Amino acid sequence: MDTKKKFNLSLGQLTIPIIAILILVVFNLIRDPSFFSIGITQNNDGNSVLSGNLITVINGASELAILAMGMTLVTAACGGQDISVGAAAAIAGSAFVKILKSGDSISVGTVILAFLFACVVAMIFGAFNGTLVAVFKIQPMIATLILYTCGRSIAYWINGGATPTVQSSIITAIGGFIPGIPVPTPVIIVVVVAIIFKLVFHFTSLEILTQSVGINGSAARLNGINSTFIKLLSFIILGVCVSVAGCIGVSRLGLINHETLLIDIEMDTILAVAIGGNNLGGGKFKISGSIIGAYVIQMLTITLYAMKVSSTDVKAYKAIVIILLVVIGSPVVKAKFEKLMTKLRSGKAKETVKGAE
Amino acid sequence: MNNIVGKRREPLSDTKLLMTITISIFVAMYLLAMALLGGGFLHPQQIFDMLNDNASLIIVSCGLTIVMIGGGIDISVGAVTSLVVMSCVLYLNNGGNIFVAALLAIGIGLAFGLVHGYLISYLEIQPFIVTLAGMFFARGMTTILSVNPQKVTHEGFQSLRDVKIEISWLGYTAKNGNLVPARMELGVVIAFVCLIAVFILLKYLRLGRCFYAMGGNQQSALMLGINVKRTRFLSYLMSGCLSGISGFVFMMHTGAGNATNAAGMEMNAIAAAIIGGTLLTGGVGNVAGTFFGVLTLTTIKKIVVSSGLNDPWWQNITTGGMLCFFILLQSVVLSRRNGSKKKQS
Amino acid sequence: MKEDVLLTMRHIEKRFPGVLALNDVDFTLRKGEIHALMGENGAGKSTLIKILTGVYQMDRGEVTIEGTPISIHSPQDAQNNGISTVYQEITLCPNLTVAENMFIGREDSAWIRHKDYEKRADEILEKLGIPTRGVTQLGRCSLAIQQMVAIARAVDMKCKVLILDEPTSSLDDKEVNMLFKLMRDLKAQGVGIIFVTHFLEQVYEVSDRITVLRNGELVGEYPVEQLPQVELVAKMIGKSLDELSNLGEKNEKAAEKNDVFYEAESLSSSQALPFNFKIHKGEVNGFTGLLGSGRSESVRAIFGADKINGGTVKIKGENVKITRPIDAMKHGIGYLAEDRKRDGIIAELSVRENIILALQVMNGFFKPISRSESEAFADEYIKVLNIKTASRETPVGSLSGGNQQKVILARWLLTHPDYLILDEPTRGIDVGTKLEIQKLVLKLAEDGVSVTFISSEVEEMLRTCSRLIVMRDRHVVGELKGDDLNQAQVMKTIAGGEA
Repeated sequence: MDTKKKFNLSLGQLTIPIIAILILVVFNLIRDPSFFSIGITQNNDGNSVLSGNLITVINGASELAILAMGMTLVTAACGGQDISVGAAAAIAGSAFVKILKSGDSISVGTVILAFLFACVVAMIFGAFNGTLVAVFKIQPMIATLILYTCGRSIAYWINGGATPTVQSSIITAIGGFIPGIPVPTPVIIVVVVAIIFKLVFHFTSLEILTQSVGINGSAARLNGINSTFIKLLSFIILGVCVSVAGCIGVSRLGLINHETLLIDIEMDTILAVAIGGNNLGGGKFKISGSIIGAYVIQMLTITLYAMKVSSTDVKAYKAIVIILLVVIGSPVVKAKFEKLMTKLRSGKAKETVKGAE
Repeated sequence: MNNIVGKRREPLSDTKLLMTITISIFVAMYLLAMALLGGGFLHPQQIFDMLNDNASLIIVSCGLTIVMIGGGIDISVGAVTSLVVMSCVLYLNNGGNIFVAALLAIGIGLAFGLVHGYLISYLEIQPFIVTLAGMFFARGMTTILSVNPQKVTHEGFQSLRDVKIEISWLGYTAKNGNLVPARMELGVVIAFVCLIAVFILLKYLRLGRCFYAMGGNQQSALMLGINVKRTRFLSYLMSGCLSGISGFVFMMHTGAGNATNAAGMEMNAIAAAIIGGTLLTGGVGNVAGTFFGVLTLTTIKKIVVSSGLNDPWWQNITTGGMLCFFILLQSVVLSRRNGSKKKQS
Repeated sequence: MKEDVLLTMRHIEKRFPGVLALNDVDFTLRKGEIHALMGENGAGKSTLIKILTGVYQMDRGEVTIEGTPISIHSPQDAQNNGISTVYQEITLCPNLTVAENMFIGREDSAWIRHKDYEKRADEILEKLGIPTRGVTQLGRCSLAIQQMVAIARAVDMKCKVLILDEPTSSLDDKEVNMLFKLMRDLKAQGVGIIFVTHFLEQVYEVSDRITVLRNGELVGEYPVEQLPQVELVAKMIGKSLDELSNLGEKNEKAAEKNDVFYEAESLSSSQALPFNFKIHKGEVNGFTGLLGSGRSESVRAIFGADKINGGTVKIKGENVKITRPIDAMKHGIGYLAEDRKRDGIIAELSVRENIILALQVMNGFFKPISRSESEAFADEYIKVLNIKTASRETPVGSLSGGNQQKVILARWLLTHPDYLILDEPTRGIDVGTKLEIQKLVLKLAEDGVSVTFISSEVEEMLRTCSRLIVMRDRHVVGELKGDDLNQAQVMKTIAGGEA
């Protein structure tokens, strides 16, 4: 009993997402033991690469995980969510392709340049959202509704109404595999982004400042914290995440389609943050929770696909699982459950007392 | 001192102020469109077209306004509308009865509202997540019912669909000399009934004022003896019910079910409510404002199209720009107002 | 005599995780009496009140009204049983009108007649002499008026039991007197009033009976004339009063000779009118005046907490610009804000994180305080200030008021300020901690820190400050030091009788 309590305490807000992952793993093991088999196959370019459902899950969740990390910060600082990440990623992706297509050939240099350009563009849009939220004190969801409404149209305008394709081995490597490395590149990028976040938290005081602003903005201000800056910064950081996700998305397909690139990902991103045990009202946060949340969502999706659920129907099943997860995680349900348990236990105790008499 | 306070004219409440701004801007915009673009804008039919096309959006926005005034959010409304359309179409095509179909529509809406309301108010789960799941579920169910578009073949329904209310004195004389009366669909009547009902609810019913109290300060509402949980539950139930009605009206307008029906409607509804002066933070807003919010949104789109900018992306960009304008305007107006209040005290 | 008893609470027990908040407490309220409920913070007053108002459910015990046992599960139940409460924080809805706030939640019909309500509200407001109207949006009224509207609501509900939980903490003297008149009127009508406050004089002014709680247990119930103020305090804190007076000497004269640390000339902000002010190194001075006199606004201007409109500021004789809190902090100024909950604590962060916050901000964005360092800081100050917390990682919001205040003090002490502004550091905290804070202030001054101390209790300021700046109607109206530092003179200056 005691050890169990300690276990719960140490995991804290991560309990639910970790349990969710475990349940999904066990479920899949029972359903189809080969679900987790990881093999090495030759891909079209002749590289030997890892393959298997698990790899598909981890690879497929990359954009989601990256966006969820940025979203966690915005959520914590502003107490609201950015619903324009999908649209902003389409813009960033378009900017990325625009630069790639500007020259004759695509070298590593152009890719880096293109990526930096995409970053700047996404950061500008992030700053736009951030200004509305931090300076004009508009609720994040309302403020980002603007970009949500017109973001994909801006991407359309950048692309000139077409869906330009990019053919380059470098882009294929970013979206798929780098020759000689069996791990999908997007997964590596996620790890890199996560490490960067960790380093940022280690070498700056961003974490405590963000939490202070999110929990009590007025007190934060009187302690000399520039909350406008912190909120703006969170949106700009999210902007970087958006551009990374957008570039991965473009690289996977080798083309930019402003209509479909990372479509509906904003909802999944917010979901990942929530499943990770973070309060959507802001305040304390754990980036790791959001990352796990992202993998829970992807795992769920892939599991459903593996069960031959069509891609359009997946949403309905996903909804049920999400509701189950949040219901289990709800403090009210927990309290009720504990009450029931103590009742049962005291009932048992009474019985034993009676027995003793 | 007391006398001064007593005799001063009361300033407009936040709700009324924001609504007044919206209505003025809408009227100004429409007059400008009449003057500069002329054409369709000069005929009353333009307004009726806007209403015919947006009857279901108006209904959905009413529900959303209730929820937002109570300090919540319901992003499932569009998806529920879509699910209702698909269910009713399939039911009617399988030889159903129109009356039962209407009940089915309201029933589905209520069921969603019931679940949302229970999870949000009694299990205290964040409304965004619950209604997001509701949205996923409704969208998923719609495609499970049918991936392909379904046209209603039910005869009784078609005749109902064709019922148009003709108002001849608002009509115009066509080139061939015939009088073309202004036409209004039945759905618009339903929308107006909903609008008036919600207006009365919010303004004159105890429950409606409880929504405002809850959105203004939940803790206080509790202390004032309001059953906050039940009130919140009812707000989602009403939003669900209105989504159901909206689905039926949508079907009466399009006459077909499609998996992509009402796509993005939730965001349009939120935008309409915001433009109409409802704050997402709760406690401030009004359905009359929301109604003009819908009209404003539609007018922008009409103006863009009439200006010859036919690409759909122009519509989105101008809508976004307009939203931005309204949001900033409200933010500035409210903050100036609060600023001046601070100075007084 | 038994008919006189209005409300009884017997053997009340309430347990929170790890704490026994109320242990076998009894309480009796009679018809037509004002009954003060006294105790330190954490004594269980608020818990008892919240059980009565249905916010908490008791674990054991019995409540009766006029002899009938009742069970209260929600604020609604409490209202239905004739128990009304006016809380310290305004518990009305700012977005509704005054009239709606008075009648919502207790309408007799589902249909609301706005005109009717507004008329009735106006009548009640006029009768009670509250200067506002039914149609006004509540959020546009001052805090004091909002509080009175809450009382008007309770009065109109024909309640049998009226609970006033710290009703006077945001009212000025005039308003307090209005409130007391109201309370006496209600008493005459047979209403039983439970009065919770930290202001001892007010207790003696209006109460008939006092019940004292300490550490969740009942100390006793006394008629007010049989319990002198000194004994009341002794019963509340459970230790001898001698300690109270043993504060140590103020070093009044010494500070005057030191250099001037901070000097402001016609400093003004969006909230404060221009004023002049200076403080010497190692000096303790204070701003006094009624609530709303501009004392808090003035010190906020010194700290740059509001928008600064003008004036020159010198620190150690050099011109500096302080327009934001961070500027002030960089010049060695610390500011403990008046409203602890709103402007002080970061409730969900741990004690450790709350303590290092200001230092962290001063260190800058790119120099985070390492975990081990911050743990050492936290441990040190938990010990120095005797902060009662389960551990340094406990969320500060779960601490008692006094300990929260100590955490914020620790936060500023950690920045090693040259000048510390303490705005109402002792408000709403228990007598024992008050004393500790006063001692600390004098100790700091001895170490050469300048301190500006603001308190609603003049006596407290007289004990600590060597110079008092008196404000009235947002203007500085006098400066008292030396022999002028006595209660009578301060009162005279505040009231405007110095001429």
